[in-house]
Amino acid sequence: MKIVIIGNGIAGTNAARFIRKRSEHEIVLISDESWQPFSRTALMYIYMGHLKTEHTYLYEDWFWAKNRIERVFGRVNRLDVQARRLWLNDGAELSYDKLIIATGSLPNKLGWPGQDLAGVQGLYHLQDLAGMERHSPGLQRAVVVGGGLIGIEMAEMFHARHIPVTLLVREKSFWGNVLPAEESEMINRHLREHGIDLRLGAELQSIVDNGRGGAGAVLTKEGERIDCGFVGLTVGVSPNVGFLRDSGIELGRGVLVDAYLCTSDPHVFAIGDCAELRQPAAGRRPIEAIWYTGRMMGQTVAATICGEKTAYQPRLWFNSAKFFDIEYQVYGDVPARLPATVSSLYWEHPAGKKAVRINFDTATKAVTGFNLMGIRYRHEVCEKWILDGAPIETVLQQLSLANFDPEFFSEQEKQIVGQYNARQGTHLQLQSARKLDLVRRFLISKSSI
Amino acid sequence: MNTQTVPSLSLANPHPPGATLQQKIALALVGIGLLILLLSWAGQASWQPLLSFVLSFSLITAGGLWYARDIYRGLPEGIKNNGVMFRSLSNRGIAGWITGVMITGFYTCLYWYPEWLRGLIQLFDPFSRALRGLAADQWFVYGSFYTFAVLLMGLKFMLKYRHNRYQIIRTVSVMFFQLIFSFLLPAWMQLLHQPDFYFSYFWPLKAEYLFPDKIAYLTGNYAHLGVFLVFWGAVMSFVAVPVLTYFYGKRWYCSWVCGCGALAETAGDPFRTLSDKSLRAWKIERWLIHSVLVFIVLTTVLLWLNSWKQGAVLGQFSQAFSKTYGFLIGSMFAGVVGTGFYPILGNRGWCRFGCPQAAILGLFQKYFSRFRITTNGGQCISCGNCSTYCEMGIDVKAYAQRGQDIVRASCVGCGIFSAVCPRGVLRLENGSIDISERGAELRL
Repeated sequence: MKIVIIGNGIAGTNAARFIRKRSEHEIVLISDESWQPFSRTALMYIYMGHLKTEHTYLYEDWFWAKNRIERVFGRVNRLDVQARRLWLNDGAELSYDKLIIATGSLPNKLGWPGQDLAGVQGLYHLQDLAGMERHSPGLQRAVVVGGGLIGIEMAEMFHARHIPVTLLVREKSFWGNVLPAEESEMINRHLREHGIDLRLGAELQSIVDNGRGGAGAVLTKEGERIDCGFVGLTVGVSPNVGFLRDSGIELGRGVLVDAYLCTSDPHVFAIGDCAELRQPAAGRRPIEAIWYTGRMMGQTVAATICGEKTAYQPRLWFNSAKFFDIEYQVYGDVPARLPATVSSLYWEHPAGKKAVRINFDTATKAVTGFNLMGIRYRHEVCEKWILDGAPIETVLQQLSLANFDPEFFSEQEKQIVGQYNARQGTHLQLQSARKLDLVRRFLISKSSI
Repeated sequence: MNTQTVPSLSLANPHPPGATLQQKIALALVGIGLLILLLSWAGQASWQPLLSFVLSFSLITAGGLWYARDIYRGLPEGIKNNGVMFRSLSNRGIAGWITGVMITGFYTCLYWYPEWLRGLIQLFDPFSRALRGLAADQWFVYGSFYTFAVLLMGLKFMLKYRHNRYQIIRTVSVMFFQLIFSFLLPAWMQLLHQPDFYFSYFWPLKAEYLFPDKIAYLTGNYAHLGVFLVFWGAVMSFVAVPVLTYFYGKRWYCSWVCGCGALAETAGDPFRTLSDKSLRAWKIERWLIHSVLVFIVLTTVLLWLNSWKQGAVLGQFSQAFSKTYGFLIGSMFAGVVGTGFYPILGNRGWCRFGCPQAAILGLFQKYFSRFRITTNGGQCISCGNCSTYCEMGIDVKAYAQRGQDIVRASCVGCGIFSAVCPRGVLRLENGSIDISERGAELRL
């Protein structure tokens, strides 16, 4: 069987890897972005000088030959699902038995005047990084539009090159539609501490031509003009599926797929950012354009294609990021605005750069989610508490099990439990240490609920 | 309406136009200190050795610390790797090659042409006489420079990683062991007319400590102390190494105690990204380091056999054997290549490819140790920071992106991979169980 994968991001690459693990099928991996599959999330570190491009490659070069994964550099122009054939921009023709679409996203452009000027772009592809690089020499100021994960990354990137940055955030606070108020405020403070010109509640009106076809300034809806030579558009992404418009494959915003990641054509699958689930799991969105879901989808689709029909079950939601110096991890459900039935324990370190939030059901006391700022917690431990429905007071007593900070770091769990005790009038005591053996014992223990 | 953007009032000072005035003055002080050093080397120290010595090292210390403080002062705590890949010094650029050639040249003089260092030896003479009651020689000059570099660059390293207590405590430890055990203590022993014994080195790194002639020399000339020193060396080699490595991994020695590690972790820190992470390099590493170990074990056994048979085994070759080891491994590999090639091979070239102590510790670490690196669930984003900043050339990412625990003989447990991980995925652990199989279905 010949399997063709369009797109060598983490979803496509992982699909190829797991298909090889499970079978001897012929595998072709097509991309016109990069010959070497690389880590998209590491793009910022290349620009900042932490890494070189080759450091971000997912595998060493021998990996592809050894695993007999054929790489093709090219762009798919046309797809004929009846004939199971596709054509590349250089005219080459490929046939397939199964096709996996893993073409990722494109940065959103929401119709602003001037959005197609030179020096106006998003950050998603390797080529976007080259664009930032091209416009950086002599750049006096960059304006980044959008208060989300890519927006703050772009701000950090320019900051690392000593280029002044203005960050326009439409919400009243950074990433205010995802982060609860306290965490969001912590990042506002942190951005300002780094000297980022943070404009909250500011919306882009238009981008002004500098007279040479490039960005010269932005105008905000509030009537401000900010001179700049570069405008970063980071207001989300949309599935990169334009080339499929006439293919007959059913599209929504992305490529519509069933629980097995299969499109309307039984020989075509879609995974990663570009896939839109017809029926997402409860509490999950139809399109989740993040690294981890792409990776899991790649593995899932590999199982199905290799004969073990496997539904995509993303398990418990988790994600992570780093906002300048503050690491962020989330496990489970931690909405920006607390539903009426959920309570929240929020502890913040006096220095204002570390915080732990534990959400729990007010009635049953079962924990529902964790937000970690500047503190590392173990993924599996938090996940087990949430899936087991462990009550908050049990979790607090065992809290050290989750701590994943390096040795000698001061542990904050005592203060967190103390704060809960003070508010609730309880007398909970920490009962566990963060020893690996105890963690192991906890993880293999049967749920007591 | 045209509003000018507010100038940044942040302490982070995101837009420095280059070096600040303070940094320029600080660097000027370092420059003057280095100039005095060079002039002394050229023979001018005979004029006022003590004054030149004090002036030179005070200026370098003051300027260096002032500069380091100024570049990190006011910056929010966190990883400071901006621009690392653009620097000539740490990317095998012109500055890197010049530095490499200079250090290599210095080592060449040190081992084979010490008379070329006469000016420097003169400069250190008053210090040597005060400290150990002996005239300076090239080894004293070397030890002083070495310790000075560990202390000064250790302080800089601590400023850089001031948010990370593991790094701070570890750095204090290597600075302490270098200063006390590898510098002051041997000097004081000489002052008291005792042998200059290095308590923090043992066989097989300091192979002669278990060679028959050294043992005969120590016990023959220094009575009780000599017996104690021999005993100390044997206990460290055969008891402390396995026991401590069982509990903590080889890091207890390599990145907390050892002098080679001390220099690598402090002065060598900017070069950590240069280690080769390829599978090929790993293969070369295993062949080389274990060959050195076999060589030194064979040498030791032969010397003892020879001593037992009263010279019948090797005859006149007995000295040649240990001399060959001393020249090839001790001088060429550990010194010239190990340190001189920092800017080319990275800061752990010797530790990774040559050190027989590291080989033994590594074997214990791999097969009889509770030490391991664990990964945090499925949080890895394959960014590559961990592998890039691993000084031992371990492709950490290859494990982390599969959610696999890491047990590698070469890992010295410096903990930098964990510090630079932007997603909090990696942790050093001392645990009795391999938990790689935990949550297997979650594994990707």
